[in-house]
Amino acid sequence: MPTVFEWEKPLVELEEKINELRNFIFEQGIDFKDELNDLERKADKLRKEIYERLTPWQRVRMARHPDRPTTLDYIKLVFDDFFELHGDRRFGDDHAIVGGIAVLDGEPVTVIGPQKGRDTKENITRNFGLPHPEGYRKALRLMQQAERFHRPIITLIDVVGAYPGIEAEQRGQGLVIAECIEQMSFLKVPIVCIITGEGGSGGALAIGVGDRILMMEHAWYSVISPEMCATILWKDANRASEAAELLKLTSTDLLKFGIIDDVITEPLGGAHRDHEGTGRQLKAFLRRHLSEIKRIPPDELVKHRLERFRKIGEYQAKKLNEMQVDM
Amino acid sequence: MLHVFRNKPKYATVRPEKANQDGVENGGSAGKGNDPQWTRCDNCSSLIYNKELHKNNYVCHHCGFYFRMSAVQRLQQLADENTFQPFEPLVSCNPLDFPGYPAKITQCQNATQLDDAILIGEAKIEGYGCVLGIIDFGFIGGSMGSVVGEQITRGFEYGIAKQLPVVIVSGGGGGARMQEGIFSLMQMAKTAQAVGRFKKAGLFYLSVLTHPTMGGIYASFASLGDIILAEPKALIGFAGPRIVAETTRQKLPPDFQTAEYALKHGMIDGIVIRSEMKATISKLLSYHL
Repeated sequence: MPTVFEWEKPLVELEEKINELRNFIFEQGIDFKDELNDLERKADKLRKEIYERLTPWQRVRMARHPDRPTTLDYIKLVFDDFFELHGDRRFGDDHAIVGGIAVLDGEPVTVIGPQKGRDTKENITRNFGLPHPEGYRKALRLMQQAERFHRPIITLIDVVGAYPGIEAEQRGQGLVIAECIEQMSFLKVPIVCIITGEGGSGGALAIGVGDRILMMEHAWYSVISPEMCATILWKDANRASEAAELLKLTSTDLLKFGIIDDVITEPLGGAHRDHEGTGRQLKAFLRRHLSEIKRIPPDELVKHRLERFRKIGEYQAKKLNEMQVDM
Repeated sequence: MLHVFRNKPKYATVRPEKANQDGVENGGSAGKGNDPQWTRCDNCSSLIYNKELHKNNYVCHHCGFYFRMSAVQRLQQLADENTFQPFEPLVSCNPLDFPGYPAKITQCQNATQLDDAILIGEAKIEGYGCVLGIIDFGFIGGSMGSVVGEQITRGFEYGIAKQLPVVIVSGGGGGARMQEGIFSLMQMAKTAQAVGRFKKAGLFYLSVLTHPTMGGIYASFASLGDIILAEPKALIGFAGPRIVAETTRQKLPPDFQTAEYALKHGMIDGIVIRSEMKATISKLLSYHL
């Protein structure tokens, strides 16, 4: 049974009714065309009503839909070939982050992204898409390799956060995230980062420093998950929907803030309803943005990248009369 | 080594009256008992005369417990007298219109006498010029929002412009300033890049971690030091210990995420006791002239 959100139920019921009627027409050969058209018009209207007015929390839930395309799905949908590379050459191979060389329009590119599982078994192998330090070290290794061979880097980000585990801490989770952010900032190749699902804090930013930062329509990106935010504010994770409103974490908000460059529109109803359509859409956006930044000389690229992040921050100089006398 | 004796240090304190009155916040509770002149140690419960506590760098005489120091107290301990020149003061906006955030800022400003969770400027440490930045836990847990991110970045840029080393004393609970959402997260990138540019300029960055250095601060500028020191028993890590325990449902090692644990696992260069911190910093600065 596919996951159906409570707000989709009226639509799903209507869609089922349409299907039944269609079958009935097919089997009985009776002409109910007018009725069918009527119902389909109703469904279209309802679809628009539901999906164009999603709350931030509903969009977070869409970003987590179990049938949403994963990183490996996108790789299959968007690229012509993919050769996966493994291991950080230091400790191990983290299955929660995949990476390798893919081909886009005949040209090799390096693609990296956290990987969630489809079922329980795969989720255990993938550690529910929560990377360990070796995952980020693998990502960094592949990015540095890409620079050596002048390959553009594409990161597909869908991660609720870096794994909060004993061994992860032992092996320097915080340190490796900092290293990734620093090193990625100075790489002399074009970098496109796409938040495809969840953009959870430092674990997302570690592979999120790029020349173009794009977001799928129903992805979220913030410093903290709505559940954690609600826990801190009200000691109640069940109030995550309220926290989602406060955090301004949707693609719409982030575009307005100038944090991201573009929003990749999803098929009506979300990426999970149409993988092929979503893949085509992502590919079109990726192509356009990549072709634009590929024209920029490497040194300029890094300079612009640094300037982009340098500007981010909302503060003001303190008025003089407020200053303390003894400082 | 002549340079070691150059720039004779001048001694005195910055705003001593303020620090003595306020005592210590959070990590201990100096001056919070019935008598404002005395402080009860959180660890061994013995009473300590505040002036003694101040003289002893806010370490308990009886059990060696480290009280949390405010940024001003830390500045007094580390910087030579009358050498600190603060940067232009910046104050936070409320980019997400987060409810209650401006009130919280005002409340923390009044409590700490700081503009935000950082005190930063040019200073001398035993005569050695440097940029000195200190995170104050008393200001929304020492979290990094736009102001902290901007000031840290300006610190490294100032260091590049004046060819000065940078010393940052970190100590922030959650690391990120939740109320600034994505803007807080982006400060991690901004500050890490500032460190990167600073290192490319061939300059020396010393990161000092105090209790607690976690989350977004640890996962950005704090762990990118050329040399990383920590105070004994300081909590250092990415995810909070409670989150780790809840997620893994495992019993945490007794020394988990302490400075000692970080040292054992190769994440920091050394642990320095508070009374030796200033001398250690000045020595390391002298190696990087």
